[in-house]
Amino acid sequence: MIRVGLIGVGKMGLSHYAILNAHPGVEVAAVADTSGLVLSVLQKYLGINTVKDYRQMLALDRLDGVVIATPPKTHADAVTWALEHGLHVFVEKPLCLSVEDGRRLALLADRQRVVNQVGYHNRFVGTFQETKRLVDSGIIGHPYHISGEAYGQVVVKEESSTWRSTKEEGGGCLHEYCSHVIDLMNYVVGPPKDVLGVVLERIYSRDVEDAVYATLAYPNGMSGQLATNWSDDTYRRMTTRLTVQGTRGKIISDREECRLYLSAGTASAEFADGWTVRNITQLQPPVAYYLRGEEYTAQLDHFVQAVETGARDPHANSFASALQVDIVMDLLLHRARGARA
Amino acid sequence: MDRIVLGDNQFFGINHMSEEKARDQAMRFAHTRAIMDVLDVAYDLGIRTFMCTTHDRIGEVCEAIRAKPSRYPDFQFYPCMPYAHKYANAAGQLGMLGALKKFAPNTMLDTIVKGAVSALRRDVYGLMQLLVDTEMRPFAGLATKVVFLQNVVTDLLLGLDFKAMFVAFADHIRQRYNAEAGFITMNLPRLLDTLDACGIVNPLVCSSINKIGFRMCGGVEAYERAIATRTFRPLAMSVFASGAIPPAEALAYVCGQKKITSIVFGASTEAHIRQTKELIERLG
Repeated sequence: MIRVGLIGVGKMGLSHYAILNAHPGVEVAAVADTSGLVLSVLQKYLGINTVKDYRQMLALDRLDGVVIATPPKTHADAVTWALEHGLHVFVEKPLCLSVEDGRRLALLADRQRVVNQVGYHNRFVGTFQETKRLVDSGIIGHPYHISGEAYGQVVVKEESSTWRSTKEEGGGCLHEYCSHVIDLMNYVVGPPKDVLGVVLERIYSRDVEDAVYATLAYPNGMSGQLATNWSDDTYRRMTTRLTVQGTRGKIISDREECRLYLSAGTASAEFADGWTVRNITQLQPPVAYYLRGEEYTAQLDHFVQAVETGARDPHANSFASALQVDIVMDLLLHRARGARA
Repeated sequence: MDRIVLGDNQFFGINHMSEEKARDQAMRFAHTRAIMDVLDVAYDLGIRTFMCTTHDRIGEVCEAIRAKPSRYPDFQFYPCMPYAHKYANAAGQLGMLGALKKFAPNTMLDTIVKGAVSALRRDVYGLMQLLVDTEMRPFAGLATKVVFLQNVVTDLLLGLDFKAMFVAFADHIRQRYNAEAGFITMNLPRLLDTLDACGIVNPLVCSSINKIGFRMCGGVEAYERAIATRTFRPLAMSVFASGAIPPAEALAYVCGQKKITSIVFGASTEAHIRQTKELIERLG
């Protein structure tokens, strides 16, 4: 049984709590949040041990690890504290708001030999895992173009009042939405070396961008296109799509489907020429407890398993891997500023 | 309880297999008239129960049914609440408390605006009742024999192990609406244990039941065992696993489990509704 502390009980924190609490190998020993209201509800109705300041959690009880689901601005401090106390860390995405902090955290995590995972849950979605497997197998030949898109309705009016609408806190479409797509693209083809033609567009927000568009350049000559918009209310919920174009075929995938097209004469033992569509019903490994999507449980199962095995083996979504997303975001911001200047 | 129940995913752009299909359906059912046409077909074929999420647009459907009592004498709604994306989108934009302010009725709004959040602290069950009553408002004057808690909330409460809330919900639905509470879940075996521990006897539980085990946490065998041996009334949904299983094969699997009380399915054409109904009736 591993003992975990949860820091931050917003939308994601509550979901993480439920998943961890349902996990037979985990005891959630303490919960920290700055909101007295949230804490008193958790304490009164669920009998959870709560503290206002996460730094007090270790005084309550021994912990093996923490799950951090606070706004991005607070990640660097909270993760540093946890690492310095030798705790395994799962932190929500993005890793943090500065590349410098991210580098330091990745190094510190390695030095402390603890599990360090970031909540890029799309890597646990069966259709995207299949996309990576197919690209790695070389079945579509040499990939020469990738496009990553995400659309949804987070900000569809000119009223907004949370950290998500504040740039300084790590809000905005880039860190909140686009980070997921950048991570998926990194997962499938590796990180780009540069970004061009960056558009950070404000639609309804005053302080942050609501859409991000850019062209990506890859070390091997491949090109990419990034398009994310969180103010599109034709989408019921966040919808993420990847398209990989190769010299012998193409893959289009989203959370529901992985669609493979093979050019004439490239059939393999597994796939015929033309289109092969595989759905999430065939591609998603089952989980023991479901809340909102298998991937949320799968990523925490992965974290728990890595903690149980003592962080000996490399694990998915490490700080070093998530740092690559922060680096791309930093580059996007830098180029966008350059374009304005 | 009716053997065959019509679901509503197809009307509101929800499709677990394809984003494109979902969008096509959202366009096809952009006007309530298109939804009513399908409901009319189902009703005339003898399907009298419509299980529907408390989606923003459900009020228009309720209005249409209410307007013609002689056309729909036996029409039965099974409301499923809440429409979670409404709250989740608002929580993303306005924060958790902001979302509550947006959806709670005016009395509650005043309390929160005044900063008297101590009310919430004292009585989270009172808040639940207010939110349930808000979601139920469109159904006023219509038959609602069962009111379901959506899986995202059922399964959240299950993960939190918030047993008293299950009891409070069931009590409120019985007392205020003279109806029975139902629970939708993706975690059937685990939920049955919890409802047992809550003292909720012979509950109505709706869950994915299909031969490929899609969205059946605990696995196909655990589900089959639970259905065969435990005391509850199972409603099967996702029987076709969003189209992954051919209809006859899918329904043979579900109808083969004799303790399954009802089957919920979504369809948008007369041919599909007729075919599904006939298959279920033939398979028993």
